[in-house]
Amino acid sequence: MSEDKHHHIVPYRLYVIVLVALLALTFASIGITSIELGEYTVAAALLFAVIKSVLVLTYFMHLKYDKPYIKLMVAFVFAIFVVVIVITFLDYLYRV
Amino acid sequence: MAEHQHAHIEHPDMYDPESSKIGMWLFIFTELLLFGGLFIVYSVYRYLNADAFHLAAEELNTFIGAFNTVILLVSSMTIAMSTTALQKGHKKVAIALLVITFLIGIGFLVNKYIEWGVKFSHGIWPGSEQMLNEMSQGEILFFGLYFVMTGLHALHIIVGLIIMGFAMRGVANGKVNAKRPSLLDNCGLYWHLVDLIWIFLFPLFYLIH
Repeated sequence: MSEDKHHHIVPYRLYVIVLVALLALTFASIGITSIELGEYTVAAALLFAVIKSVLVLTYFMHLKYDKPYIKLMVAFVFAIFVVVIVITFLDYLYRV
Repeated sequence: MAEHQHAHIEHPDMYDPESSKIGMWLFIFTELLLFGGLFIVYSVYRYLNADAFHLAAEELNTFIGAFNTVILLVSSMTIAMSTTALQKGHKKVAIALLVITFLIGIGFLVNKYIEWGVKFSHGIWPGSEQMLNEMSQGEILFFGLYFVMTGLHALHIIVGLIIMGFAMRGVANGKVNAKRPSLLDNCGLYWHLVDLIWIFLFPLFYLIH
């Protein structure tokens, strides 16, 4: 039974689809940052990067097919990182 | 006594794919700490020196950065496909895909060499006279971070290639196979991590200007 779980084989086709999506997002992010968006440029670039990394984590790094506790562990670590960034900037933005 | 002896018997076959995977993820978390710290340093300095970072980023070649992004994404796909091939028992396909991934990794490093070479020929390297005399504090910080972060990333590419070499050998001699794919799986996870880091390095250094 556990054999089945360990040997989930991801079809080649799915990887190709994910790659096409990643490349499309890359070109979209190059396109959008070449437009003058002012302060939103950084936000747009980061948004695209986040979407791309979710795709890599989910499909290439196999998290979609992993047990829930591994998904939780990874999500938790990324959440901690986001919290640290937010706290750092709360400090810098509201310094007198 | 018998029990005591039993405790000292070596178990040559301790293969456990699940703990291998957890071990790899724990290692990846430490890598995130390393690069995460640098990303925080980058974002704080960028916030404090917005104009200088804007100006300095213009110096970077978006084309070569984008090219490296594309080939690294392709290499992530080929190594992921290699794990699929191994699970299907297609050993030769798995090796071929690993070789392609390896060559793309080398290609990435060659591009990086060319890119850094151009910077060096313009007199830009950490602590160069050009940097110290003609650049503002913010620009010096930008290029310092650029060299440290892309350099550390390139170092990870080199380590990834070495691990890939071991995975290739394992697949070739049959020690890594459909029933024991952990070395290849973990090699893939590491390579995807390197890709993941680049996904953030690329927009932060090359695109935001």
